[in-house]
Formats: sequence, structure tokens, C-alpha cells
Amino acid sequence: MIEVKSVSFRYHDDWVLRDLSFRVDKGEFIGVIGPNGSGKTTLLKSLYRLLSPQSGEILLDGILLKEMTRTGIARKIAVVAQETQLLFPFRVMEVVLTGRSPYLGHLMFESERDLDIAKKAMAWTDVLPFSERPIDELSGGERKRVFIARALAQEPDVILLDEPAASLDIHHQIDFLDLILTLNRERRLTIVMASHDMNLASEFCDRLILLKEGRIHKIGPPREVITRENIENVYGCKVWVDSNPLSGMPRITLLKKEARS
Amino acid sequence: MKIMTLKKVVLISSLLGALLILVILISILVGSAHVDPLRSIHILFQSLFGLTGAGTETEEAIVLSIRFPRALLAGLVGAGLSVSGAIFQALLRNPLADPYILGVSSGAAVGAIIAILMGLGTLSLGTPLASSIGALLTILTVFYFGKQDGKIHPNTLLLAGVITSSFLSALIMFFISVSQREELHTIIFWLMGDFSLSNYRAIRVVLPYVLLGFFSLYLHARQLNLILSGEENALQLGVDVERLKLISYFSASLITAASVSVCGLIGFVGLIVPHSVRLLFGPDHRLLLPASALVGAAFLIASDTLARTLLAPVELPVGVITAAFGGPFFIYLLRTRKVVRTI
Repeated sequence: MIEVKSVSFRYHDDWVLRDLSFRVDKGEFIGVIGPNGSGKTTLLKSLYRLLSPQSGEILLDGILLKEMTRTGIARKIAVVAQETQLLFPFRVMEVVLTGRSPYLGHLMFESERDLDIAKKAMAWTDVLPFSERPIDELSGGERKRVFIARALAQEPDVILLDEPAASLDIHHQIDFLDLILTLNRERRLTIVMASHDMNLASEFCDRLILLKEGRIHKIGPPREVITRENIENVYGCKVWVDSNPLSGMPRITLLKKEARS
Repeated sequence: MKIMTLKKVVLISSLLGALLILVILISILVGSAHVDPLRSIHILFQSLFGLTGAGTETEEAIVLSIRFPRALLAGLVGAGLSVSGAIFQALLRNPLADPYILGVSSGAAVGAIIAILMGLGTLSLGTPLASSIGALLTILTVFYFGKQDGKIHPNTLLLAGVITSSFLSALIMFFISVSQREELHTIIFWLMGDFSLSNYRAIRVVLPYVLLGFFSLYLHARQLNLILSGEENALQLGVDVERLKLISYFSASLITAASVSVCGLIGFVGLIVPHSVRLLFGPDHRLLLPASALVGAAFLIASDTLARTLLAPVELPVGVITAAFGGPFFIYLLRTRKVVRTI
């Protein structure tokens, strides 16, 4: 469980997060949406203390985040970033094994057990067949699944995803989000996902947080958050909102100029 | 499935260790003065047990007081520079980084040149002491300018280092242009790296830095792997990134400072040894660090042996050999390895 209590954060003089408060229950799938610069990434980065808010506090299972050790945080929260730097062509197996890092001491080598956990994680995300390949030879979709496997190898309670589907084509997007949803449902993993794609967020998330200029504009189930009024208020543009005939979830359609008036 | 294990590290290190011992033995057998090879080995092994008498006094002096300490010092410096180069490549995330990139060497050179010009070069520890001071001041200056908000930023650190280094190079040029002929020769030899004045005291100066530096870095070998894929990546996996950068910077810099202070500037070792080891054994620091140390030691001892025997009795600067033989070998490795595993 994550509790965020009146958190504010600024880079130098500009406040990026202003007095945010909300909680995420265990096993929830939460989406964070909002325009560019509304604070989505900053919020995610604060949740695993890459950034430390100047005021307010964040609690993880009742413990203050700022009092936890780095390895302590890494055992509970795994992060799958937008693009991971690939300066080094480590093999897939080696990348997934680094997920065991928070459990290893200074000089320790990975044990048979660590190897087992990594293999299971790779089987889950279907990357076992190319475990010996260098990571830079994989496609974008395969690479995403490798990093999910690494996150699973961390045996976390929470997975944070920053724009997970941004660089994928629709087939890989849907595969990827299905995988995340399965992890959420079957393994009771808490998911916090920042996304630009409101239709995907609406389909997959239990609740959404709509950010505007670092404040929570609206939080709640997709039906309450994705309304024409909210979207126009936050994004400042006119859109068409109806509900998806198959799922019944709200759906946004962008319109060209003539159609808007 | 191929993963890094302690067994693999021990096995490869032992093999490279054996190679190193072989190189040390060969290096004490050859030289401008002739000593019977078998007798040289006899003298060396006897001395290890505190005995003497296997050869004449001159022969014992050549083996024990000249060739053996020289091989040990070259080995230590080779190991130190190679480990330090591997660390700077990881810390700055730049494959062109070497132990001298942040100006430690230029600072040491300014110190050494001032000592030589002041006539302290003839004192046994005059030049090393002055060059250590120069190196330490440079390490602190670069660190001071290379951090922002109390954090080390690799790119800022790199810029601070390169600029400090250029400034110090200007000082070096200035001193060279005003120095006398005899001093000039000493300075030039120092700048190109020189083991001809090796003795056990120099070894005692360098050994603690190389050993302590190596162990503090090896303790963080696994974390160094993680920082290669970015600081955020390492942090997500539980690494205290700021602490790791601090330890890496100071350990690697101090190893370099100590090495440079006893033998001057020896280029190339710290650049190509870590890269060659990566090409051969992969980028995992748990193997990369010990393997670089052992290969670096063997490589520099071999280079120094060539430097003093090729045109004997004239000695070449060892830097000439490291570049002349190391360069082509590195290109060969680069072209023949199918998977190029560099940073």
C-alpha cells in the first residue's frame, strides 16, 4: 500500500507537484494521466525516491519512504522505465539477473535460487527462448518484456511503469498491457502506470489520477475521470467522449477543427 | 546457462596469475648484463626463503636489487592503471576514458617538474612526493568543480577534468621551455614513464594504494555493472549511486596518483587493457577488475622488459613499447572478436 500525503516537489524554483494526496491499495491498477509537464513522471520518480519531495511524506506499507534503505525500496518497488539506456550489450539473462541485486550482498554471486527466480520470470514474460542473446539485438517489444522479467525477478509488491507502451506498435502495446494486467490479477501486484494514452488507461486501470499543473484534478474510476468536461478543463481542447461499445469504458476521440464546432 | 560465478572468476584469475608469474620470471632472466638464467631463478627462490649464496655478489645484486623490484613495481603500476582505467570508463560512461583523463597525471607532472627544477630530483623520494602532492591537489580541484548540488555529474566531472588537464599542460609546456638541458632530459623521461630507478621503497609507497583501492572497488563490482546502464537504472535496483560514484572516483584517482608518482606517465595501459579484457571475458566487473589487474601487470612488465633489452644498453621509454605493441594487438582483438563487447 502506498500513501502519498500532501507531497510537493520543485526543481529549483518551479513547483512540479503541488500538495498531492492519495493512496494506492494493494493489488490496485492505477493510471496516472495528464498533459505534458503535469508532473506524471516526477510523481513516479518520487514514489521510489529517485526524487525527494521538499514537503509532505510518502509511506510504503506504513513505513516512511525516506527512512527506508535503497535496497529496501528496491525489494518492494520495481520500475520499468520508458527507455532504458543500453550502453552495454549485456545478455538477456544477465539483465534479468540484475533484478536479484537488491537481495545480494556486496561480494555475492547469484545463487541457483536466484537463477531459478530469474528463469521463472523469463518464462512468465516469454523471453526464455532468447535468454542468451545480447539485449541490443532484440526488438522494442521483446526488450520491454525483458525489463518486465527483470522487474518480476525483484519479487516486488509494486511495479511502476512510465509510458510503458509509448514506443510500441498496437499489437505489442496490447500484448504488453495484457501481460501487466495478468500480473496484476494473478499475482496481486500493485501497478502504477503513467500514460499518455487515455483510451488504454481507461480500458485497463481500476482508477485514474488526472493531473493538471502538478495538482490532482480528479481521481476515481475511469468513468468519473474521463469525461468531456474534465478533459477539456485539463487539456484545453475539445474532444468527443463516448463509451466503448464492447467494454462500456469511456472512450476519447480526437476531432478536427470543423467537427469540433 | 552462462552466468558469472565465483568459480569462473577464481579459475580465470588463477590462469592469468600463472601467466603473470611466468612473465616475471622471464623478465628477471634477461637484461643487458648477462646472468645465467638458471642461476637467476635459483637466486630468486633462495632469497624468498631468506638465503643467499647461489651466485656471486654482483649477480645477486642484479637479480634481487635491480630486476626483481623493477618487475614488481612495473607489475603494480600496470595493475593499478588498468583497474583505474576500467573504473573511469564505467564512472564516466565513456569508452575513451583512461586513468589520466581527469588530469591526475598532469597534476602529478607539474609537481614532478617543479621538484626536478628545484633540484629535488636527486633525493630519493623528492620527485614522487612532489608529484603526489600535485596529483592530490588536482583530484580535489576536479572534484570540486565537477559536482553540482553535492552530486557528481559524470559529464560535468569530465569537462572539469579535461579543462584542468589542459591548464596544467600549459604549465608543463612553460616549465619545459624554461628548463636547462640536463633537467630537460630528466623531465622528458619522467613524462614518458621510467622504471630505471625502481627500488623496494617505491614499491612500499605504491602497494597500499593499489591494494586498498582495488579492494574497495572490488567490493562494489556488482554495483558497477548496474551503473553502466545508467544511474537511474542502478538506483532502481537499490544502489546508493552517489556513494558508489564517490568511492569510484577517489579510489581510481588515488591508485593513479600513486602509480604516476613513482614512475611517471605511462600511456595506453589503462585504456587498452580493460578493453581487451572486456573483449575476451565480457563486461562483468566481478571478473573484469581482477583480470584487468593481472593482465595489466603482465603487460607492463613485458613492455618494460622489452624497453630495457631491445636496444640494450640503451633504454627506451616504456611508453614507446606499450603504444607500439599494445595498439596493434588491440586492433587485432577488435577485428577478430565476433561480438564486440565494449562500453
